[in-house]
Amino acid sequence: MLLAIDTSAGTGVALVEGDVILAERVVEDTRRHAEVIGSLVTECLADAGVAVAALTGIAVGMGPGPFTGLRVGIAAANAFALGAQKPLLRVASHDAIAFGHYASGGGGALLVTTDARRRERYWSAFSGCDEHFLPVRSAGPGIVRPDALESELPDHAHHIRLDAEWVSAGAVGRLAERMAAHGRDFAGRSPLYLRSPDVTLAAGPKRVTA
Amino acid sequence: MNRTAPLVLGIETSCDETGIGIVRGETLLANVIASSMEEHARYGGVVPEIAARAHLEAFTPTLESALVEAGVALTDFDAIAVTSGPGLSGALMVGIAAAKALAVSLDKPLYAVNHLVGHVGVDVLAGDELEYPTIALLVSGGHTSLLLVRDLVSDVELLGETIDDAAGEAFDKVARLLGLPYPGGTEIDRAARDGDAQAIRFPRGLSLPRDLEDHRYDFSFSGLKTAVARHVERLRDAGEDVPIADIAASFREAVIDVLITKALAACVDLGVPRLLLGGGVVANARLRDVAAQRSAKAGVALRIPPLSLCTDNGAMIAALGAQLIMSGRKPSGLEFGSDSTLPVTEILV
Ligand SMILES: [Zn+2]
Repeated sequence: MLLAIDTSAGTGVALVEGDVILAERVVEDTRRHAEVIGSLVTECLADAGVAVAALTGIAVGMGPGPFTGLRVGIAAANAFALGAQKPLLRVASHDAIAFGHYASGGGGALLVTTDARRRERYWSAFSGCDEHFLPVRSAGPGIVRPDALESELPDHAHHIRLDAEWVSAGAVGRLAERMAAHGRDFAGRSPLYLRSPDVTLAAGPKRVTA
Repeated sequence: MNRTAPLVLGIETSCDETGIGIVRGETLLANVIASSMEEHARYGGVVPEIAARAHLEAFTPTLESALVEAGVALTDFDAIAVTSGPGLSGALMVGIAAAKALAVSLDKPLYAVNHLVGHVGVDVLAGDELEYPTIALLVSGGHTSLLLVRDLVSDVELLGETIDDAAGEAFDKVARLLGLPYPGGTEIDRAARDGDAQAIRFPRGLSLPRDLEDHRYDFSFSGLKTAVARHVERLRDAGEDVPIADIAASFREAVIDVLITKALAACVDLGVPRLLLGGGVVANARLRDVAAQRSAKAGVALRIPPLSLCTDNGAMIAALGAQLIMSGRKPSGLEFGSDSTLPVTEILV
């Protein structure tokens, strides 16, 4: 049984056992991650009547997603895993979206995109899924202006396009359960920021006298 | 919960230091800090997004080494305390999210506390009983504040603060102007060693009679920075050598003069014969010397916590959390967020 957290868009928390979502809580507001994360976790545990000790792990979506919010979910998941002494299972948030598509009967090559703000989209391409409905990533994740998708992914027209508003923590949890069951490798430790921090290197000091 | 000597975990991520502190009542058990300062050096100042990313990376290892240092387990704690402001929002949120997750996973009460009051509260770890009321001067790269502390857990008033740059920021900017690396505080200090502090009379911000009417306890360092820039440009334009040592010493003297003059004025005006220093700029030896000399002359008792407790750290947050618990205050719950401008009157959120 996993506690699953994803804050790559709004804040999503779920409790998942195998393929079943026992509880799920969502706050869509993209500016309140830090405020709501604690209560959503408490509510999910209470809803399902599950004690922390009964969890087998913590699943977390590593993005891509806007920095500030994405970090809240990852920081919370890291700390929860430490406090509960349970393993942390990291997945790419786009993989959870693709898994949702395939597990509910969808097929084919898939292009998942989510909002990256500043008129850009995060994207990932999948060639399909394996026999366990686990998505097979063929390219990405990347970040792109919509009009430049052609150059990033030349065959994008052959993909079913899924512009997601939102990443379901339930899907993150189900995906992680299934990846664990089939011995798959989880995502790495680094958040999928896909953008460098906005900084300009200091040119020398400006003159103050004319 | 143990309310006489609670074991408290303190989490501080308001700027560029990931600080984890552990205290039992008024006893310091661990104070571990991971700083991202070097990553900011090439930008000449703290870059908020870089700081926030570094907090996320440093959090778990810093916490783990603090637990080892203190010889305690996460399950031993009576409570968790975390900085909820003031500070950089994105940076604060990392500590808040982690603190909430620890509180829920361990089923421990959570206290969201004020960073500035934490700088004052850390003094309880230094040994002697802190007497009230006291004036507190908190100087760092992120803040320059003068506080009247009547009671650490219930009555703190902001007397004044900087209206533009923080003092530490002024050190960084002037260092750049003089071609010295970041962080400016230590570099200016080094450069000033052989300089004449009286060589150039730089302006003391907000110290003229007409400024004092509205800004008696406020600070301003941007005019001083501009005056240094003008001075340097004039010399360079005239093809003269720039006496870095003298400029650094004179600039440093101007900053320190204003800080200590205003802090001691508050002591005298308000009849409070005690002054406490805090914040990273306290690492400046000249600041400590001038504060000691002039406090002694003014009959003011000066308190300077050990330097490791003056810079941003988690021990100060744990210490303040413990004081709040020992005075019977209720925890903050789980709904609070970051508040980049949290006022000092909100000691506990
Ligand atoms: Zn500070």
